[in-house]
Amino acid sequence: MSAAIEPTEVHVASAMRTDAPPAIVLDKVNKWFGALHVLRDVDLQVATGERVVVCGPSGSGKSTMIRCINRLETHQEGRILVDGIELSDDVRALDAIRRDVGMVFQSFNLFPHLTILENCTLAPIWVRKMPKKQAEELAMEYLTRVRIPEQAKKYPGQLSGGQQQRVAIARALCMKPKIMLFDEPTSALDPEMIKEVLDTMVMLAAEGMTMICVTHEMGFARQVADRVVFMDRGEVVESGTPEEVFNDPKTERLKLFLSQILRGH
Amino acid sequence: MSDITANTPALPSSPPRSAPLTAVGPIAWLRANLFSGWLSTAVTLALGYLIVRAVMGFVDWAFINAIWSVPISPTGVAQTQACRDLHGSGACWAVVTEKHRFMLFGTYPYEQHWRPAIVCLLFVALYIVSSMRRFWNWTLIPIWIGTLTTIGILMWGGILGLPYVPQERWGGLPITLILATFGLALAFPLSILVALGRRSSLPAIKVLCVLYVELIRGVPLISLLFMASVMFPLFLPEGMNIDKLLRAQIAITLFAGAYLAEVVRGGLQALPKGQYEAADAMGLSYWQKTGFIILPQALRLVIPPLVNTFIGFFKDTSLVLIIGIFDLLTAGKTAIVEPSWQGFGVEVYVFVGLIYLCFCFAMSKYSQGLEAELNRHRRR
Repeated sequence: MSAAIEPTEVHVASAMRTDAPPAIVLDKVNKWFGALHVLRDVDLQVATGERVVVCGPSGSGKSTMIRCINRLETHQEGRILVDGIELSDDVRALDAIRRDVGMVFQSFNLFPHLTILENCTLAPIWVRKMPKKQAEELAMEYLTRVRIPEQAKKYPGQLSGGQQQRVAIARALCMKPKIMLFDEPTSALDPEMIKEVLDTMVMLAAEGMTMICVTHEMGFARQVADRVVFMDRGEVVESGTPEEVFNDPKTERLKLFLSQILRGH
Repeated sequence: MSDITANTPALPSSPPRSAPLTAVGPIAWLRANLFSGWLSTAVTLALGYLIVRAVMGFVDWAFINAIWSVPISPTGVAQTQACRDLHGSGACWAVVTEKHRFMLFGTYPYEQHWRPAIVCLLFVALYIVSSMRRFWNWTLIPIWIGTLTTIGILMWGGILGLPYVPQERWGGLPITLILATFGLALAFPLSILVALGRRSSLPAIKVLCVLYVELIRGVPLISLLFMASVMFPLFLPEGMNIDKLLRAQIAITLFAGAYLAEVVRGGLQALPKGQYEAADAMGLSYWQKTGFIILPQALRLVIPPLVNTFIGFFKDTSLVLIIGIFDLLTAGKTAIVEPSWQGFGVEVYVFVGLIYLCFCFAMSKYSQGLEAELNRHRRR
């Protein structure tokens, strides 16, 4: 993966706003799968406009953590606040949060029975109550931004993996989210398609979107991340700027992890 | 590959010639499939002989030696001696000619037979309209309500100058169509709700749905029909009596619902978890998620087993004969009770069987087309 060995690409200017209230707050979050303690006292604050990259070995709880943010998983202890709203069993609060948080999955999760355009307009029409025509215009706008407007009438199965993931990003953007969560968006892609998806994400970062991104793409992290968070065994072990984390790891666990992923490239 | 051909300079080549007849075409097919060796040739000849014999025997029985009508004595008794003299070497289609109206419409008053006849046509028209995807929207609801109301008016009468015909006198094909149509039309939505309920996170709903499926599926349909016809009235207050047909209808609906629910559940389980998560992450409500994402995909997956169950239940409606309801098969059986027609069961059952076959084959063909059409998105 060439991105990992080209750390000198221009860093995208930060749009982080420290004056605004934080977009996401995780406060001593704990979660168990049965007896397995998968999140241990996770603390994380993400400012509006901040780009956070989460990395760590598999099974470290990084996916679980971001899935807790839009409650695809429920946490059992601690507090999670998104845009000032606390996640709880209150359905109305959850609806409000899910409207404002977009998510992109490792396996795309496009709806195979709907066309690309229908995939993008479904939620704006039914959740945002947008008129159909307006939703379609918006969808075409975002499909143009991810550079696949000509595929709008096709079905997901007719597209390549990279194209599908770009549709998934456009679909999430059509809801005009304030925050975007990326759960290993390039892990299921063939190597030659990773760049087109990362480029789309860089574009999004340049526009000032608040992003949390679980990824092992070090080049991407160096280019856009305001902060890199390293997780291992359910804990946040280290966090800091990409330079601090990648060039000057403090813990043995992070050193081991970095040596492993760098050897892999 | 296209690059290679594009970069290769055009070489002079001989004009293409067609493949020899021994490699393609019907002769080649015969050689490859039927006469590829001495063993296969022998098997082909032996089976061919058997098929020709069987077809010729059937043609002899059904057409050449068949008797299509018999004289009726002045007292109204059919003179079936000619048929009996055949000793089974030919079909006595006269029984169908004479009795087809009884088989189709049972004991419905003879001079009013046009009413159930129209009802049957209305049912077929309803099936055809419902099968067209153009009508798969809200217009289908008034169409169904309107058609079923018309069918009720025609069958019962009592208004619009139509003489009243009590339900006990209905019979034949309309009964089969009523039981099958109402049964499946009500059981299908019920089964979807039960299948969803079985996957619900609310324990009360889940337990209720599991109990329903396991209880109903665990007993034979016949025992349910008996319960509906014999036991159920015992629970009702004195003087209150629910129509026997309605009770059988409820039993069939509940039974079909339990079976269909398991078919639908199979489809729900086949969907990847990511589909549910993507819909949740977009903020769709439970019913939006279910209606737009989950069911459209799950039901497409289970069209073959679904239609299998539909066809099964269309034929299972004939079990109502044990509680004395006159469906098509019972009417056929009763038609040959008369002494002069006794012994001509085969002809009657062939006739009744052909009617069932028409409906079931139509369902089967339609489902194949629907499957291909709805799964277009899977083609690349």
